[in-house]
Amino acid sequence: MRLLALIRVALSALALFLLFAPMAKAQGLEAAVEKFLADSFSETEAGIALVAASGAAHGVEALQALADRRLLASGSAKAVFYRDNSGKGFDLKSGQPADIPADAGLVRLNNRLRGVVQAALGTMTLLSPDPAQRLRAAQSVFKSRDAAALPALEQALTKETNPKIRAALSEARAAIILFDSKAPETERLAAINVIAESGDQDSLALLRQILPQASGALKTIAEQGIASIERRQQFRQAGQTIWFGISLGSVLLLAAIGLAITFGVMGIINMAHGEMVMIGAYVTFVTQEVFRAKAPHLLDWSLPIAIPLAFLVTGLVGILIERGVIRFLYGRPLETLLATFGLSLMLQQATRTWFGPTNREVSAPSYMSGSFEFLGLQITYGRLWIVAFTFVVFFALLIVLKATSLGLQMRAVTQNRRMAAAMGIRTRFVDAMTFGLGSGIAGIAGVALSQIDNVSPNLGQNYIIDSFMVVVFGGVGNLWGTLISAFTLGIANKILEPFAGAVLGKILILVLLILFIQKRPRGLFALKGRAVEQ
Amino acid sequence: MRFTRRGVLGAALGGAAVMASGVRPSFAQAAPIKVGILHSLSGTMAISETTLKDVMLMLIEQQNAKGGLLGRKLEPVVVDPASNWPLFAEKARELISQHKVSSVFGCWTSVSRKSVLPVFKELNNILFYPVQYEGEESERNVFYTGAAPNQQAIPAVDYLMSKDGGEVKRWVLAGTDYVYPRTTNRILEAYLLSKGVSKDDIVVNYTPFGHSDWQTIVSDIKKFGMAGKKTGVVSTINGDANVPFYKELGNQGIKATDIPVVAFSVGEEELAGIDTKPLVGHLAAWNYFQSVKNPTNEAFIKAWKAYKKNDKAVTNDPMEAHVIGFNMWVKAVEKAGTVDIDKVIDTLPGIEAPNLTGGVSKMLANHHITKPVLIGEVRADGQFDVVWQTKDLVPGDAWTDHLPGSKDLEADWVTLKCGNYNTALKKCG
Repeated sequence: MRLLALIRVALSALALFLLFAPMAKAQGLEAAVEKFLADSFSETEAGIALVAASGAAHGVEALQALADRRLLASGSAKAVFYRDNSGKGFDLKSGQPADIPADAGLVRLNNRLRGVVQAALGTMTLLSPDPAQRLRAAQSVFKSRDAAALPALEQALTKETNPKIRAALSEARAAIILFDSKAPETERLAAINVIAESGDQDSLALLRQILPQASGALKTIAEQGIASIERRQQFRQAGQTIWFGISLGSVLLLAAIGLAITFGVMGIINMAHGEMVMIGAYVTFVTQEVFRAKAPHLLDWSLPIAIPLAFLVTGLVGILIERGVIRFLYGRPLETLLATFGLSLMLQQATRTWFGPTNREVSAPSYMSGSFEFLGLQITYGRLWIVAFTFVVFFALLIVLKATSLGLQMRAVTQNRRMAAAMGIRTRFVDAMTFGLGSGIAGIAGVALSQIDNVSPNLGQNYIIDSFMVVVFGGVGNLWGTLISAFTLGIANKILEPFAGAVLGKILILVLLILFIQKRPRGLFALKGRAVEQ
Repeated sequence: MRFTRRGVLGAALGGAAVMASGVRPSFAQAAPIKVGILHSLSGTMAISETTLKDVMLMLIEQQNAKGGLLGRKLEPVVVDPASNWPLFAEKARELISQHKVSSVFGCWTSVSRKSVLPVFKELNNILFYPVQYEGEESERNVFYTGAAPNQQAIPAVDYLMSKDGGEVKRWVLAGTDYVYPRTTNRILEAYLLSKGVSKDDIVVNYTPFGHSDWQTIVSDIKKFGMAGKKTGVVSTINGDANVPFYKELGNQGIKATDIPVVAFSVGEEELAGIDTKPLVGHLAAWNYFQSVKNPTNEAFIKAWKAYKKNDKAVTNDPMEAHVIGFNMWVKAVEKAGTVDIDKVIDTLPGIEAPNLTGGVSKMLANHHITKPVLIGEVRADGQFDVVWQTKDLVPGDAWTDHLPGSKDLEADWVTLKCGNYNTALKKCG
């Protein structure tokens, strides 16, 4: 509050000195330089207000530099400098290009000051020609509720043509008026309606904040506004839960789908499945590192390129495992389980030795970061891509199994190996290919999971239990069953989580699953026919 | 064939023995002093503990370059307890009875420490434990060089309640479901209630180890923060679960200026796996940050980077704790003039060693040390900016003053010779 008052005073000072603008500008900036040199948070705060009030043309640039850690103070030169985006130096006082002395140190910020800078920038950029910046400005004024911004807001409102920015501007204006106890009652009531209209969580917070200070008609209207937002929020909450469930389900499906081949179709209890996922994630990491070093401007493309690479690498590792170990153990599930478990430990430790035990950073491409609102639902781009990607992988796999000759041979071999061999199918080759396919798909899953989880040697362990759960629940050997089971488990998990908490929710799901398997040992969609009896 | 192979092997071994005796003539007179290193090099905890093993090896190497200790060479004995708690006890036993080590530096999780405790008591040896923990313990054989709750959790909460921290009024205590977060959150809850925070303004949330789907929890935090009061999150989320948690925070657009998250288990090492640009301004409370500027720290970072042969190698708080612990042990052994366990244990309280943040830490009678408390904000490059720190060093308190059961307990191994002396009943235990 004290800060708001400060800005307010500073801004009215600005109005007063408007006539002597050039002189005041230089003086304000000179004082600001002194404040920034003091290297204390409270002095820096005063400095920000002075820059904002100076009205200097490069003030916005300088404050933006401060927010981005590009504002430097030099004790020896008794001057403050900022760099622009390209790294060129400018003097804060004059706004002219300047050489930055070697002893210049960053002007430090903390969270509170970062808020102050955003608020000041918001007020200063309401009339900016860049629409994105105007929108940001309106949003930060909405947050800061700085009464001094009101004239600028009203001016901006008369000019603004973009409906989205207009809405943001009028919400910001409403927020200021709402908290101005001197504003006429009718205007404040209208403000509540504007805010309640938008109906998002920020508006709810605002109305809840005004409630204790409000009385009479204002209070009733505010309460009504809160109730109406809460009603809408409840509805959205249900949608949000379903969306979270779908996105968790798609992660489960992606992790399990490879296992649906190796375990579901081939009947191999493959404990090293998780490590295939991990290898896929590391392939992504390596691909991205190569891009970072060789072609940084194509970094956003590293993920799509990592997909086929991960498929090939993990597919190859899968074929090696099948040829090297598993083919000697067909028909001996217990030994397969132990052998693949051992393999999984070896793969983990090999990765740990090679890449180190610490997490590796796989950065999100620009199209996968951030979020957007859709019908009031908060949807993150990363999750949306993963859901879409999962469906693509699922249907591609379905086509491979149902419409290619390799798929036909796979099904033939798993259903009746001897008959298939008698028909001239190279069963061993098909075995290796099938295992390679399952592993390759696990690798693709790793590419997607690198976006939401740690890329560390332990990555696979987190998914192996869940993957088996999905495949068993869906019915071994049935891809559609795997799909439905993954989404059922995902949504059920997300419905339970708010009530039971993450730990108990997981336990409940496991208990329900065990009860279900008691009733239907073959899972949701059991295969029928002779193949099952073998 | 077989005979020849064995012969070759024998000759090779003989050669190695000759060479080994040749390389260290200066220490030839006395047997080396063995130092045990008990950190997981495989399994889930390897991510954090491997660096601690490396820092110990570096410290021992440096000490040997200075001429060893008491004229004898230091010899590290590294074992791998593989993130397996019972194996920790077994390996501790191996270090003490088989290798006859003079002290052990090790453990990370509280459960591993609890698992080796009986072994250290039974075989009487010294454990230096370098990680921040939940307190409520003081043992004769253990020296705690990490932070007790009053050296990390409480100051962090105080900071968030202060003007610069944003005057937080509503609290989410989120943690991984095991003993450290549960005890810390119990202490914090009691502390917040005593500060006048109402029960409705505190929500506690636990998640399993390695939790990766944070969508619901992060969106709940966001909703909880929309009640019109400034909200903060205190995170005792441990290990691998942090990366997806922070990624989700970034994706759902929770900025530090809206809802700051202060973490007790996230350091430079953990941030190395995340794109930190959306996380700028989120906080961590530690007793050391790599970005602290002073000659001691700069020399240490330089030595560490050279040792790791990696210019990007980061340092962190538990590493500093090992540096302090190791230097204290060296001084105590020099002062006692022997590595005899009982004598060293009695000498250690009162020993001082410089920490890397510019002060001098002291081993206290309760086997905890004095440390400064620093609050850092995440920078875009994955390092921390120190935004606040205590004026003086804070002495570690083994038994918290904020829980009814521990309020009256006191640990003092110098005069009282007791780790849990009850001041109300005036007796030990």
